[in-house]
Amino acid sequence: MNRIISTIVPINIENIDTDQIIPARFLKATSREGFGKNLFRDWRYEQDDESKPKKDFPLNNPTWNGKVLVAGKNFGCGSSREHAAWAIKDHGFDAVVSSFFADIFRNNALNNFLLPVQVSDDFLQKIFEAANRDPSTVIDINLETQTIRIENTGEQESFDINPYKKTCLLNGYDDIDYLLSLRKEIETFENSNQSVA
Amino acid sequence: MGKTLFEKIWDRHVVRTIEGGPSVLYIDRHFIHEVTSPQAFQGLQKRGLPVFRPKQVVATADHNVPTLHQELPIREELSRKQVDMLVQNCAAFGIDLYGLGHPYQGIVHVIGPELGVTQPGMTIVCGDSHTSTHGAFGTIAFGIGTSEVEMVLATQCLLQGRPKLMRINVEGKLREGVLSKDIILYIISQLSASGATGYFVEYAGEAIRALSMEGRMTICNMSIEMGARGGLIAPDETTFKYLQGREFSPKGDAWEKSLAYWKTLHTDADAIFDREILIRAEDIEPMITYGTNPGMGIGVSQQVPSLSSIPEKEQGNFRKSLEYMGLRDGQPIRGQKVDYVFIGSCTNSRIEDLRLVASFVKGKKKAEGVEVWIVPGSKQVEKAARAEGLDRIFEEAGFQLRQPGCSACLGMNEDKIPAGKYCISTSNRNFEGRQGPNARTLLASPLTAAVAAVTGKVEDVRAYLNAG
Ligand code: SF4
Repeated sequence: MNRIISTIVPINIENIDTDQIIPARFLKATSREGFGKNLFRDWRYEQDDESKPKKDFPLNNPTWNGKVLVAGKNFGCGSSREHAAWAIKDHGFDAVVSSFFADIFRNNALNNFLLPVQVSDDFLQKIFEAANRDPSTVIDINLETQTIRIENTGEQESFDINPYKKTCLLNGYDDIDYLLSLRKEIETFENSNQSVA
Repeated sequence: MGKTLFEKIWDRHVVRTIEGGPSVLYIDRHFIHEVTSPQAFQGLQKRGLPVFRPKQVVATADHNVPTLHQELPIREELSRKQVDMLVQNCAAFGIDLYGLGHPYQGIVHVIGPELGVTQPGMTIVCGDSHTSTHGAFGTIAFGIGTSEVEMVLATQCLLQGRPKLMRINVEGKLREGVLSKDIILYIISQLSASGATGYFVEYAGEAIRALSMEGRMTICNMSIEMGARGGLIAPDETTFKYLQGREFSPKGDAWEKSLAYWKTLHTDADAIFDREILIRAEDIEPMITYGTNPGMGIGVSQQVPSLSSIPEKEQGNFRKSLEYMGLRDGQPIRGQKVDYVFIGSCTNSRIEDLRLVASFVKGKKKAEGVEVWIVPGSKQVEKAARAEGLDRIFEEAGFQLRQPGCSACLGMNEDKIPAGKYCISTSNRNFEGRQGPNARTLLASPLTAAVAAVTGKVEDVRAYLNAG
């Protein structure tokens, strides 16, 4: 994962919590697959009925498509359910852009190779405006250089990412492999009786 | 320079620090439940790994379980499968399970403290955001995602960046009728639903010290609702007294040794926080939420904010929220009718909460047309409530005392609030659809909920306390 160049799906709502991203009643599966079809379930359908899509909700509106979800600030707050990240990824998104992410969601996204890109409030508004003017607006996210660019206006901003996490994402490593490589060190730590367990 | 309570615990648990990256943090206790663990066990199986330290893991079934007829098989197939999967995984990996039918079963954040598994100075995680509850004992406790559950099962460690530190000092004395739930709803209304993102919060000050352990757990529980990674409170005599003699609390010499260590767990006088906030306890009145995130709270005597008082940028979200709730901007919240009352969840379902509700409703009856569910946090809470005769008080009032679980807090089992109905709830989240599709949630303290149960409306509990 290095570069994501795509049109966007904008959801200009703040404080989108993980209960909206994937409601609790869909958390009963015991595998990681298949959550995408219930992404934003209650915002997407009338009366929980798949034959009644709400026409103006961006996921149902053919104007909007792409691999980048752009949403209002404090995205992913609330429940720690990783199912939220799975649902977004399973639906086909590779990145989420917002001006603020809840901590647990950010970790969950990173652990699933879904890139959380945090931009300034101003830049977020610029993206929404550009997309409103022209729904075919393309966003270019470059992980290597940590920049995000609005193609047709040329406006760009840099974003932060933890250097360790960046290396992991660029190389496709996951944390568990790294932790497993430390098993000896962890045992030594336990024997030094530092912890109170 | 001195250290904060958080730093004392954190530093003791760092196995190593990655340059420019997170730390490898050792985890003392890991709680699991049926919803966020199956994919983690599946991951272990795929890699052919055992659970590294099964004795440091404690499991229970809470999110999906029915709260009526727990002795029967779970009716809903997917829920049953998920609970069965937990039973299988715990058996296969050697993990102690307090599942359905076990005398210790209950909401994970209620049973940990109740059993003495949660102890000061520990690092505690669970695939559940309200793990912050355990911080009430002076622990670093926080929620994690399922990939992280897998990491902890495999290595008893996590990769974590050190959060920023905030201290919230609640000074002075609480007014009558104001509970710890009101303190935390007030704090969140001041800071907003994202105001503490990136921080770990220490709660301090006279009003916090004066709280029982139950009251402290309610506060720490809701830390996540302002975005904080977790919240904690320094342990003191109240903590030690609570823990002494519990099932898994240290005994004999080990108790003395632990106690000596626990007494060192406080923030040094010259330690520095990234942010400090002062709250005056006298400013807090019984609180209630009117919107669709826990930051949208007001005192019961106040009005829903007027649209013009909201910054222009936020008006769209504000309007959407009120529309969902069926409330008008500027309307008084007092007198708002309620259809359901839910007293339960890891925020307020402990024996102290049930006693408080019972002492208020004793001899009274629920209002006509209101449905009242009391869902104890654990089997032990349920047992104590029955032993103390609270069940009879509830029954006479027309309330249903159910069996333990998360229940209508998230409506994953059959306990859902119907669309469009108002529910005054002692839980922690008023998100859209949280208690059922299109259900409308008003968060409040157990006392405010009890008053609503007998009046059928949002009322100011103080008017009733004074009237005797
Ligand atoms: S009671 Fe509610 S908040 Fe607490 S663990 Fe259960 S679902 Fe989560």
